[in-house]
Amino acid sequence: MNARGKAFRYGDNVDTDVIIPARYLNTSVAAELAAHCMEDIDPQFIKQVKPGDLIVADKNFGCGSSREHAPLAIKTAGVSCVIAASFARIFYRNSINIGLPILECPEAAKGISSQDMVEVDFSTGVISNITTGKQWQAEPFPAFIQKMISSNGLIDYLRAEVLK
Amino acid sequence: MSMTMSQKILAKHAKMGVVRPGQLVMADLDLVLGNDITAPVAIKEFARFKVDKVFDKSKVVLVPDHFTPNKDIKAAEQCKRMREFASDYQIDNYFEVGRMGIEHALLPEQGLVNAGDLIIGADSHTCTYGALGAFSTGTGSTDMAAAMATGQLWFKVPQALRFNLTGSLGTWVSGKDLILHIIGLIGVDGALYKSMEFTGDGVASLSIDDRFTVCNMAIEAGAKNGIFPVDDVAKAYLASHCKREPVIYEPDADAEYEQTYEIDLASIRPTVAFPHLPENAKTIDEVGDIAIDQVVIGSCTNGRLSDLRIAAHILKGRTIAKGVRLIVFPATQQIYLEAMEEGLLKIFVEAGAVVSTPTCGPCLGGHMGILAAKERAVSTTNRNFVGRMGHVESEVYLASPAVAAASALAGKIANPELLEDN
Repeated sequence: MNARGKAFRYGDNVDTDVIIPARYLNTSVAAELAAHCMEDIDPQFIKQVKPGDLIVADKNFGCGSSREHAPLAIKTAGVSCVIAASFARIFYRNSINIGLPILECPEAAKGISSQDMVEVDFSTGVISNITTGKQWQAEPFPAFIQKMISSNGLIDYLRAEVLK
Repeated sequence: MSMTMSQKILAKHAKMGVVRPGQLVMADLDLVLGNDITAPVAIKEFARFKVDKVFDKSKVVLVPDHFTPNKDIKAAEQCKRMREFASDYQIDNYFEVGRMGIEHALLPEQGLVNAGDLIIGADSHTCTYGALGAFSTGTGSTDMAAAMATGQLWFKVPQALRFNLTGSLGTWVSGKDLILHIIGLIGVDGALYKSMEFTGDGVASLSIDDRFTVCNMAIEAGAKNGIFPVDDVAKAYLASHCKREPVIYEPDADAEYEQTYEIDLASIRPTVAFPHLPENAKTIDEVGDIAIDQVVIGSCTNGRLSDLRIAAHILKGRTIAKGVRLIVFPATQQIYLEAMEEGLLKIFVEAGAVVSTPTCGPCLGGHMGILAAKERAVSTTNRNFVGRMGHVESEVYLASPAVAAASALAGKIANPELLEDN
């Protein structure tokens, strides 16, 4: 399983309020949430993002609220992977649970610029910057997490693997 | 193998003698919480399990508090979905508007939280209940759905940071100033994935409300949970609220902490977190002249009776500055009633404040006090991110109820110590 696309680059402490402002949380319809994804930090994001693109950020990405609407908006906007130097813990868990791949890799975060073409191999954890030719090794997901992501998240995974 | 308070609670609920930091464990839950924003998503996910009941209808708590009383049609539809779910699945602890309060003030007040409990909530400030010696942590909606179906959830056993408290806080200094000081010290990711455990002689001097405020904001340092030891203050609160016998876990003398911070409570000054991160803490002495448009007193962080009392003490017989809007939110109906009986609400209204029904509304920029571009608020809430309370060009300064009330009078961020006749 791979991700490939252009990078949208952000800094430290991108919080869930800028990923999906609370004023849009009166719905849980994924497409409606995605339409406002990253609106308060980058109003151009949703106009420019293409299926497969990646978000790359510095430390503590997804800090703040427990709203699952945040990773859901990112995933539904077409983002194939988020790479950051570190993630806030609830966001990390929520992303895995809904099947949005996210990788912690400070070196890759540092080495990727906005608009770089990036490729990620989830089975090996190798992150490649196609634009610059550089490569980094992130900790690959254990098999059950890979399966959870490919089954579209925790619930389908539990249904298929645990409750069968 | 020695353990911290948090690790012992996880071990017990995982039916294991010992757990080690980093270990993944499956643990039994004592309580599962959701609100009108997170529960509708969880309910949708729960339906995919195709089970006909929740794991224990007395251990699921649903509180419509964020966008209630319903702020618009979409919010009303979400609340309706939660109300119908509560009815269909016979959830004992569904708190309707009129009975509800802001969840993290409501659950302890209603006796739903006990020392030694393992609690998850689909709300990041679920970490509040550590004040009573519970392990409680925020999760997302999918985790809530899985927890409602199975009564279990997986946890990664956290490392711990210890905050050893000595001395006692000054007159106009509160738990809010303490936690803002700590977040300023360690940063918004200073406790990422970790427990924040509070110990030391100074704990005894902190009221239970101060402890709720401190644990409430553990998440603002990235922590998984915050937790206090269960001393006489906590036991007295539990005895008058919770019907169950407290289950008390003490850290082993040689429990491992990644780091210990020594904090002299007497040295803490009234503290304000500047935009746009809770870690931008400055003491009141460093603030300078900052004119404000709005003051909010309330929320799961600071909407309890003692918070309202201190604000009323400062506002009594005075009028707020021209050009300032003061909005006061008692956190629960019970607190509202007590504040009314004590005459606090009268003091607020006479000072020029508006008193609202309990709601999370303004804290997260939902309703009941949204900021326009360039407007500034002093708020006793917990986050001051870009756009948190409204327009992306608005600003939120986090502070204690005392600083907030003094600021409402001055029309700028003000030091409650400097008010005359205090």
